[in-house]
Amino acid sequence: MKSSVIVFPGSNCDRDIAVALEKMQFKNQMVWHKETKLPKSDLIVVPGGFSYGDYLRSGAIAGKSLIIDEVIKAAKSGCLILGICNGFQILTETGLLKGTLLRNKNLKFINKDVCIKVINNETRFSKKYKKDQILKINIAHNEGNFFTDHNHLNELKDKNLIAFKYSDEKGNVSENSNPNGSLENIAGIYNANKNILGMMPHPERMVDEIISNKDGINLFSSLLN
Amino acid sequence: MIITDQILEKHGLSKEEFKIIKKLLKRDPNLLELGVFSAMWNEHCSYKSSRLHLKNLPTKGKQVIQGPGENAGVIDIGDDDAIVFKIESHNHPSYIEPYQGAATGVGGILRDVFTMGARPIALLNSIHFGSPKHSKTKSLLNGVVSGIGGYGNCIGIPTVAGETKFNETYNENILVNAMAVGHAKKDKIFYSKAKGLNKSVVYVGSKTGRDGIHGASMASAEFDENSESKKPTVQVGDPFTEKLLMEACLELMKDNSIISIQDMGAAGLTSSSVEMASKGGLGIELELDKVPCREENMSPYEMMLSESQERMLIILEDGKEQNAKKIFDKWDLDFVVIGKTTNTNNLTLKYENQIVGEIPVEALASKAPIYDRKWIKKKIKKSSFNFKKLKKIKIEDALIKILSSPNHSSKNWITDQYDQSVMCDTVLKSGSDAAIIRIHNKDKAIAVSVDSSANYCKSHPITGGKQIVCENWRNLITVGAKPLAITNCLNFGNPENQEIMGEFAECLQGIKEACEFLNYPVVSGNVSFYNGTNKKNIYPTPVIGGVGLIKKLSKPLSHHFKKDKSSLILIGKTFGHLDQSCFLKENYSINEGLPPEVNLLNEKNNGESLLKLINKNLILSSHDISNGGLITALSEMSISSGIGAKILKPKKLTNLIEYFFGEDQARYIVEVEDNSIGKVEKILKENNIFFENIGFTQNEFLEIEGELKISTKDLFKINNEWYNKY
Amino acid sequence: MKFSVTVTLKKDVLDPQGKVVQNTLINMGMSDLKSIRQGKHFEIDVSENDQTIAEKKIDEMCRKLLVNLIIEDYKINKI
Repeated sequence: MKSSVIVFPGSNCDRDIAVALEKMQFKNQMVWHKETKLPKSDLIVVPGGFSYGDYLRSGAIAGKSLIIDEVIKAAKSGCLILGICNGFQILTETGLLKGTLLRNKNLKFINKDVCIKVINNETRFSKKYKKDQILKINIAHNEGNFFTDHNHLNELKDKNLIAFKYSDEKGNVSENSNPNGSLENIAGIYNANKNILGMMPHPERMVDEIISNKDGINLFSSLLN
Repeated sequence: MIITDQILEKHGLSKEEFKIIKKLLKRDPNLLELGVFSAMWNEHCSYKSSRLHLKNLPTKGKQVIQGPGENAGVIDIGDDDAIVFKIESHNHPSYIEPYQGAATGVGGILRDVFTMGARPIALLNSIHFGSPKHSKTKSLLNGVVSGIGGYGNCIGIPTVAGETKFNETYNENILVNAMAVGHAKKDKIFYSKAKGLNKSVVYVGSKTGRDGIHGASMASAEFDENSESKKPTVQVGDPFTEKLLMEACLELMKDNSIISIQDMGAAGLTSSSVEMASKGGLGIELELDKVPCREENMSPYEMMLSESQERMLIILEDGKEQNAKKIFDKWDLDFVVIGKTTNTNNLTLKYENQIVGEIPVEALASKAPIYDRKWIKKKIKKSSFNFKKLKKIKIEDALIKILSSPNHSSKNWITDQYDQSVMCDTVLKSGSDAAIIRIHNKDKAIAVSVDSSANYCKSHPITGGKQIVCENWRNLITVGAKPLAITNCLNFGNPENQEIMGEFAECLQGIKEACEFLNYPVVSGNVSFYNGTNKKNIYPTPVIGGVGLIKKLSKPLSHHFKKDKSSLILIGKTFGHLDQSCFLKENYSINEGLPPEVNLLNEKNNGESLLKLINKNLILSSHDISNGGLITALSEMSISSGIGAKILKPKKLTNLIEYFFGEDQARYIVEVEDNSIGKVEKILKENNIFFENIGFTQNEFLEIEGELKISTKDLFKINNEWYNKY
Repeated sequence: MKFSVTVTLKKDVLDPQGKVVQNTLINMGMSDLKSIRQGKHFEIDVSENDQTIAEKKIDEMCRKLLVNLIIEDYKINKI
């Protein structure tokens, strides 16, 4: 499977996701934001980091890059798009995903291993996970507080577009298990077509037992089949 | 223009220094030249008060590729890998504007590392604040932690270890020391020595503004009531631009275009150009009209002294300009040829086609007066209190006091604000004795730690100096790393005060002794003097940053207890030394007496034997014993794992308080599988190591036979309250 | 009584956000743009009827919290 990772000035999880993709046997290419054409890809990843320093609004400026037009075209033709952390923020700024990521409720950057529950395990990204499976996964962000309007929230619920929710180890979704104030503990969402996934936690940090665990692996192996 | 006494004072130069300047120039300097001298000759850049003493430190070894004198130190970690590292202070700016002071401190130290060709792989920090009750402490703590996180997280380098301490001595002078560690290829280290005539001198990075003019002079001046008015000299950091600069430089460094490269730090364009020229024995000519400026109408004086961040100076090989410019254009950074190397041995400054300043390079680089400041030995003050007359206290109460104190409470509130996992090579994170960072794509790793002991150094500088090197060394051993070298940040008060200078001289003596004995050389460092306000000086606070090597990485060795019913061995002898201990400080507010003795032979033998045991996979968990003594160390092992321990009363009739809270050095607690005890004891005996079998791990409770029983859940709660409440 | 407070970085202080926003707008075709600096805007309502006293209170809010006097300037306007 072919993947492309878009690199913006200030992206800093690009190497991490490239290492994870290659480990999972993807044929990966790095694409600089000034390119005007995307290589043929089955999966496009918009990685984490601080594109443009998070200046103005996280992801706002990257959302206006030339390459983003190509990503939008690819998304409309059904290509799989994965936005991680800053990537999720960029996807919301482009409108490919609805909603927005606000400042964490406690106004501080949070880096922690948290639990998330797999809400929808029937998509290209999640089919190797069990329904309601609990994953231990790393988050690292200042603006991870997902927010959207009533209509979109209803759409997310009705069409089963919520990917993951923050929970405790037993799967209880509550304020106590919500690290950043996200609406309904939402940690990741799909678009209506379910070919675009945006998530705040970092799956690429969870594929190597020496540094963490292997809970992220099934996301990539789901994509491979 | 006549240089008046007032102008001299504003530039931080003494009348004697001015006389020397006139002699060197054979005429009076103009204002621009005076500014340049003031920047190069202040304490921060010239080390005029410290050089004589620093010369004595051991800086060589088989593992040392580059010692002090370059942007950072470089050590060999085998194969073709090198580690580049350094620690630096940013104390004064952080007191004035804590967020930006801390942020730009991180930015500065990162540049020192990647300017040598190393991709930074870890950040550490040692931060010291006044008493939590002091009115400014909370906002300073908040600002500094946000600043460190704001810069490190944005540029994408994990902040993996550090220490945070509170002590009234820092009430008016906080300390912010930032350390960066980078990985480079041994044969691709870049130095700052200029070579060749008529080579292009290129300015890259951010534009120059009026930031920090006279920042280097500020760092060398004490604070007084007028400190607030020093505000305009604080620089604002831009971690995004630094990320671009770092990537652009590392990209350019892949080929052979760079002759030499230096970051523009303290004293900006002045120090970088002078140092490059001086190391190469050349002159350098700068056309200041070409300097990219952010503000309008900047004068040559402002351009030379500006401390705008995120800028580098590069000397390129002939013919490489076009390709180099392409790289910097890709990253949207300024790239301008602003001068050339010459054979005049002068720093020649041109503006609008006229020479506006001309100074022999050596006058600036090496002719700064070196002061052999008078100093007096520390008067030894033995303790005056009678331990037996102190109000009796239960072990449990004393322990709770320590574990819930600001200095001992869990630092999660701080470390959760730092991205520790970015770059996906952090094997062991904050909260451990040392952090472990895997070398990317390789089987090996480095361990890093940063430590200080101001109280010990104040009461007996020589012992304090020795102790702090040993503690740092132990912190690396205990995670299974072979300690290789250190960087040091020497934070002291006013060197013109004989007692303070004595503390400096004696701490260095102690550091020298320990480093020599342990084969643990100093490869880089920084001196920060004048940490004092209104004649009150801080406690001597040398901070040691150490790097060790783990040749083959397996499961990281941490200090978390691994299972119940393992044996616990205490390596090293316990004498029960309580003077200068946390126990006395936290429970009785007693600060008197001498620190525990440091026996370098025991430190070496105990540590090397432990490393042997670790390398034979005989140790489940390991922790060095330092502040708070044995029971505090055991508590830390319990809190981090949720598994407790049952400790037997010591066989010899001893005062239990002394035994459990004494801060004797060269000791470790190790957890050993029951069926490995025989092997472990054999090895320890063969190496003549004193050890005691002190008990075993057990679920749920930390217990001292007949004296203490407390649940690990309660310990966790007690240890995790302070920061959240504050 | 309602006031607005505009907080901007002092003239000589680096504005990393303004710099990046400026470059982006220029790259988006707004070539006439000479410069842009980013600041903050507060709208404050106080229950004080005397304008002079009210402004003094707003000023105190600015000095004590809203403004980082080390690197920022501010302007108070009555709405």
